Amino acid sequence: MGWAFAGRALVRSVLVRVLAAMSGGVDSAVAAALAVDAGHDVVGVHMALSRNPGTLRTGSRGCCTVEDAFDARRVCDLLGIPYYVWDLSDDFIEDVVADFLSEYSAGRTPNPCLRCNEKIKFAALLDRAIALGFDAVATGHHVRLQNGILHRSVDKAKDQSYVLAVLRADQLAHSMFPLGEMTKQQVRAEATRRGFAVAAKPDSYDICFIPDGDTHGYLVDKLGARTGSVVDSESGAVLGEHDGAFAFTIGQRKGLKLERPAADGRPRYVLGIEPVSGTVTVGPASGLDVRMITAERVVFSSGEPPQFPLRTVAQLRAHGGIVSGSADLVDGRIRLTLDEPVRAVAPGQTVVLYDATDTYVIGAGTIVRAA
Amino acid sequence: MTYLDHAATTPVLPEVVAAMSQAMLLTGNASSLHSSGRAARRRVEESRETIAAALGARPSEVLFTSGGTESDNLAVAGIFRARLAADPQRRRIIAPALEHHAVLDVIDFLVETEGAEVSWLELDDFGRVHADTLAAAIAENPADVALVTVMWANNEVGTVNPIRELAAVARGHGIPFHTDAVQALGQLPLDFGASGVDAMTVTGHKVGGPTGNGVLLLRRDIAVVPLLQGGGQERGVRSGTLDVAGIVGLAVAIGDAVTHRAERAAELAALRDELIEAIAAIVPDVVLSGDPGQSLVDGGPSRLPGNAHLRFPGCEGDSLLMLLDANGIECSTGSACTAGVARPSHVLLAMGMDEQDARGALRFSFGHTSTAQDVSAVAEAIGPVVDRARKAALAGARRR
Repeated sequence: MGWAFAGRALVRSVLVRVLAAMSGGVDSAVAAALAVDAGHDVVGVHMALSRNPGTLRTGSRGCCTVEDAFDARRVCDLLGIPYYVWDLSDDFIEDVVADFLSEYSAGRTPNPCLRCNEKIKFAALLDRAIALGFDAVATGHHVRLQNGILHRSVDKAKDQSYVLAVLRADQLAHSMFPLGEMTKQQVRAEATRRGFAVAAKPDSYDICFIPDGDTHGYLVDKLGARTGSVVDSESGAVLGEHDGAFAFTIGQRKGLKLERPAADGRPRYVLGIEPVSGTVTVGPASGLDVRMITAERVVFSSGEPPQFPLRTVAQLRAHGGIVSGSADLVDGRIRLTLDEPVRAVAPGQTVVLYDATDTYVIGAGTIVRAA
Repeated sequence: MTYLDHAATTPVLPEVVAAMSQAMLLTGNASSLHSSGRAARRRVEESRETIAAALGARPSEVLFTSGGTESDNLAVAGIFRARLAADPQRRRIIAPALEHHAVLDVIDFLVETEGAEVSWLELDDFGRVHADTLAAAIAENPADVALVTVMWANNEVGTVNPIRELAAVARGHGIPFHTDAVQALGQLPLDFGASGVDAMTVTGHKVGGPTGNGVLLLRRDIAVVPLLQGGGQERGVRSGTLDVAGIVGLAVAIGDAVTHRAERAAELAALRDELIEAIAAIVPDVVLSGDPGQSLVDGGPSRLPGNAHLRFPGCEGDSLLMLLDANGIECSTGSACTAGVARPSHVLLAMGMDEQDARGALRFSFGHTSTAQDVSAVAEAIGPVVDRARKAALAGARRR
């Protein structure tokens, strides 16, 4: 039994030249296959994001290793389409890795996967593809693109509209997401049916340029430990010293190594991190509650801001963090007032606004203030 | 299909296919003592004699290997180890940095793991090693040199080295001299005995022979430590059951390449010059890398007759390659591959080119099946392809 998805999933009915971005994982393999089935003229491209792919990670992990490049090549063999590796390591190092470090250095919490979509896949790769005569870039993201608007995948658990919401209308106009109508399970079944060796390949979750998944160790290695004091948010008293600010995240309770309990005996949480001085501020849980979020660098997927103020469902991180509220646009910034307080929102995170039924993306911005 | 990547590998000659097919139907291990074994041995030895005669060597100087990489490894590592074992101060390897990775990576390995030292020979702008450069490098301390290795002609830019002069310099100090002549075979006159080299690498698949079969020509008085231990085949230097059919095919290919070398080289050079001219007429700022090919080195051409290595300013080589591939034209960026990632060529960097300049390189290489139609196919496609690749490179540059 074959899938009937191909025709519905692709946003174009006309046949075009498609560059399928092939990570070596199961999603992009099936996405490329569906683009081929739909009759498009497809070329597979694997992006090399490191000068030394062998040392980036060991084993086949779903992107960025030599094995992953080989997996992508084998899928292209089976599909009978050309396959090339494009070296985008310079762009990746500048726009993703350096940005990741400077954001952490400034005390913010960036999402490098989102930045990679914004600056690499749908910018460096897309621009080059268009210049070389392609009409669109197809990826294996779980998201639906309908009339230029990003909609959540039918597989809510695997939906990736959050990490794509930073794309502008002109980027989306040349994007193709063939998997939006499929669940992950269906994608794997389809890969199995087609005899792709990557059918059972595990999903990749971690940051591809941090080989061992130890983000803290990576930051210390690149930026130094940033030792400093742990300070009480209310009294301003120094409660202790810590080994490095990058070990902390907003909302963290464990591992604060405080000698004395708080005066009221309530647990204390990390409320703020000041990376230059290394000061980590701790305080009661109530200090974590956020009701008001301000975001800048605002992007609207449709290209035009909708009518504000509006009711919205906002997502604050890649997995989870969904809250409803009201949003307004003030001086080009999103002002989001949440119906219920949420905990632990860090500057640098991206907030994505969905419509009130949580079906499609309205826009996205980078959080600069949370109170 | 326009196949202009003969420096990577060549179409197998029909005579080679016929000879190998016939040989594969015959049973026999060349080391066996019975009739079948003797028959197999006869086929091997006849092939060895054919190859020796074609390359100016004695049959006993022909060692069969699995190809160019193994021959280079055996020569460099094998001679290094033997020389070091005979005299512990001989740790220095002298080589130019534009050698093939089959030489470079062995040198790196020996430096990292066996205490080797290396002197990289300075190159001129064409990528050529001069005899006085080698003499100066040896003169630093002739007693500590294990061996010298210099390729006969470069696989990327096609520049030919004055091997006879270089070998004479090494011989003057009693230092073994190896040359990788993989690209030279069939295009340049090769005479092992007359060249004065002690070891020479050639392989079959660059001249219409089978892949997986090569030769190391090695003088009998040069000691090598084998890479493989086993049955003691090939004078004990290269153990392993001989690939009789492959060796038969290799001999047919080498015989053919040498027999037809002079007229084929002239044809290839004419096609190469037509191609360069045709491309320059359409893309005026194209630059030929390596020796211009208008002079003589040791009485032969100064550039490989089949090699056109061109740089297209403002283009990425891999964009050009993809666009030409889509037009049915197959060539190479000529650079080293890691998982298919095109990095700026170590050869061009060794010649002093900057990374940006090195990125826009394409190598077209002609061989025994090349025709004038191949040249016109490229001439027809190259204009729009270069325009498009330039736009793509500009699109990348605008982002920065």
